[in-house]
Amino acid sequence: METGDAVSAVVAFAGQLRKDGAAIPPTRVHAMLHALGELGADSLRSVYWAGRLTLCASPEDIDRYDRVFADFFAGRTPRPRTRITVEPSYQLVATPADPNGTGNEEPDDQPRQVATASRQEILRHRDVADLSTAERAEVHRFIGLLAPSGPQRLTHRIRPAARGTVDPRRTVRAMLRHGGEPAELRWHRRARRNRKLVFLIDVSGSMAPYADTLLRFAHAACRARGGTEVFTVGTRLTRVTRELRAREPSAALAAASAIIPDWRGGTRLGAELKEFLDRWGQRGTARGAVVVIASDGWERGDPLPLAIQMARLRRLARRVVWVNPHRGRAGYVPRTGGMLAALPHLDDLVAGHSLAALEQLARILGTDEPSGTAPPGMVVIDA
Amino acid sequence: MTDTADTERGDHPREPYNGQIAGPGELAARLDASGYLADDGLATAAFLALRMGRPLFVEGEAGVGKTSLARALASVLEAPLIRLQCYEGVDAAQALYDWDFPRQLLHLRAAEAAGVTDVERLEHELYDRRFLLARPLLRALEESPCVLLIDEIDRADDEFEAFLLEVLSDFTISIPEVGTVRADTPPMVVVTSNRTREVHDALKRRCLYHWLDHPTVEREIAVIRRHLPEVSERLAGDVARAVHRLRDADLLKPPGLAESIDWVAALAALGAHELDGDVAARTLGAVLKYQEDTERVRTQVADLVGG
Repeated sequence: METGDAVSAVVAFAGQLRKDGAAIPPTRVHAMLHALGELGADSLRSVYWAGRLTLCASPEDIDRYDRVFADFFAGRTPRPRTRITVEPSYQLVATPADPNGTGNEEPDDQPRQVATASRQEILRHRDVADLSTAERAEVHRFIGLLAPSGPQRLTHRIRPAARGTVDPRRTVRAMLRHGGEPAELRWHRRARRNRKLVFLIDVSGSMAPYADTLLRFAHAACRARGGTEVFTVGTRLTRVTRELRAREPSAALAAASAIIPDWRGGTRLGAELKEFLDRWGQRGTARGAVVVIASDGWERGDPLPLAIQMARLRRLARRVVWVNPHRGRAGYVPRTGGMLAALPHLDDLVAGHSLAALEQLARILGTDEPSGTAPPGMVVIDA
Repeated sequence: MTDTADTERGDHPREPYNGQIAGPGELAARLDASGYLADDGLATAAFLALRMGRPLFVEGEAGVGKTSLARALASVLEAPLIRLQCYEGVDAAQALYDWDFPRQLLHLRAAEAAGVTDVERLEHELYDRRFLLARPLLRALEESPCVLLIDEIDRADDEFEAFLLEVLSDFTISIPEVGTVRADTPPMVVVTSNRTREVHDALKRRCLYHWLDHPTVEREIAVIRRHLPEVSERLAGDVARAVHRLRDADLLKPPGLAESIDWVAALAALGAHELDGDVAARTLGAVLKYQEDTERVRTQVADLVGG
């Protein structure tokens, strides 16, 4: 292979990977060329390893790499993978809220001046599923302002402090500064850090009216505290943390919905939760974390696997909070199989169907004590 | 070990790793000779890391031999191994350097007692290299050529990654009171991660990335026999096949290579020459680390050892 050929082939190959969704900066392409130079480009095997070691950064990348590599170097023209673009389930509305179009139940004959304040108040308590597009946009604006500040834990790290235990190092350093005379004592204590916060958001069909709002809430949490992880569940587990890092909510949500393959599909909650725990949770993501599961618990299959996985999650996590939008309805009784299976393993069961409910969720996430929203006995009797 | 490394450094002041090893095949052979069986991909990865002067980022399940790779590389390169074990809250003072305050203080007192009045000189002496405690990263730069193992980076905080990135990009550390420390030859860096969290892209981008998978049955038998040469081929083969079945059995913690070796050692200690249901059930604790897994497997021990 001529050098020029090799360069253009590698660049074209990287382009093919990018088309398939890989993030490959030019520096990595350069690294691959460098590696090829060291290994020699005379065998397919060298080309394979030169690329795999430089262009991949995770096992998922390697899967994609293997696929694209096989296509590209087999000489076949790679078939364009059919990519289903999913319309995000929200729309940005530039027009101001139209008071006449607000809703069906709301009496519209009250004076306009009063309306602004009280409308907000009413909006706070209304189920997001029943909102008009404009109202929803307004609610979303408020959600962006919610910043769940988390419960904290003591870390191993020691920080200078005004009180605590004597810090020999800093004390000696201070003495050094005063020519070795014992000056004042310095203190330190163990630092505090936010607990990890993990969201698992159900994006299946039955959760469609709420998934978007809940993702926005998760986005606000990501912005407010580093280390927050967000996954969506449905028929597949998708990690959207990286996509939600964008500052602007609608940009972040568009990025997230672009990679979620199973919007409005079915739910395999038990299997998804298992995948989460196998792949992430047990390794550390769920350990000592506050885990928020947002789902209506509508489990198609046998609820037993979900119960087993919930028990496992309960042993790993510090707290498990379940957000079920239906809990906001009057006279709600958990009836879905999944919900019944999960209930014994929950610390909190909250509604999350309206702005007010999400505010409550943010409050709950801010404390380290269970809120008593999920009395364990409550269900089984009624069901 | 350190003595030979020192003389080596004197003989080959520049690029001591290069020229020694011609290609991945030769590196694999040398690793083999030092007791580490590397497959094609891993040997290529390590070879490129050496040649390109880039850190090697090895990710994989616990117990697939990430840490032992660094040890084997150190022995192949006849260079010292310097290890930085990461943990939550690890910071610059523990990774880079720290001043030895008590000794500085003693020096100050001694100078006072001797009636030294030249303040400027005294201050200069206080921040001398001999009062500097070198932590792993500084030691690696000073002692390079060496193998620097940054173990379990995923346990450190993400702020630490940014700091590490800085050190690994140009292999220099500047200490305000002393000056800049630069490695003549960049150390061979191996960064390992168990993937308890996703390490930041920027750091991975600096490195060559290798995902280390569980070995094939044949390789696993070879590794077991390499570690425990006195064990019969029959026993090693039985265990390797059983462990492979366990890895497919959807367990909470699938056993790694380290567990297979432990298991064989346990069986050998009991005087077993092959794996049968009874002795397998008695030694499951060497290979399974969760009560749920043990319960599940115990009921199907016959399937495990059969075939």
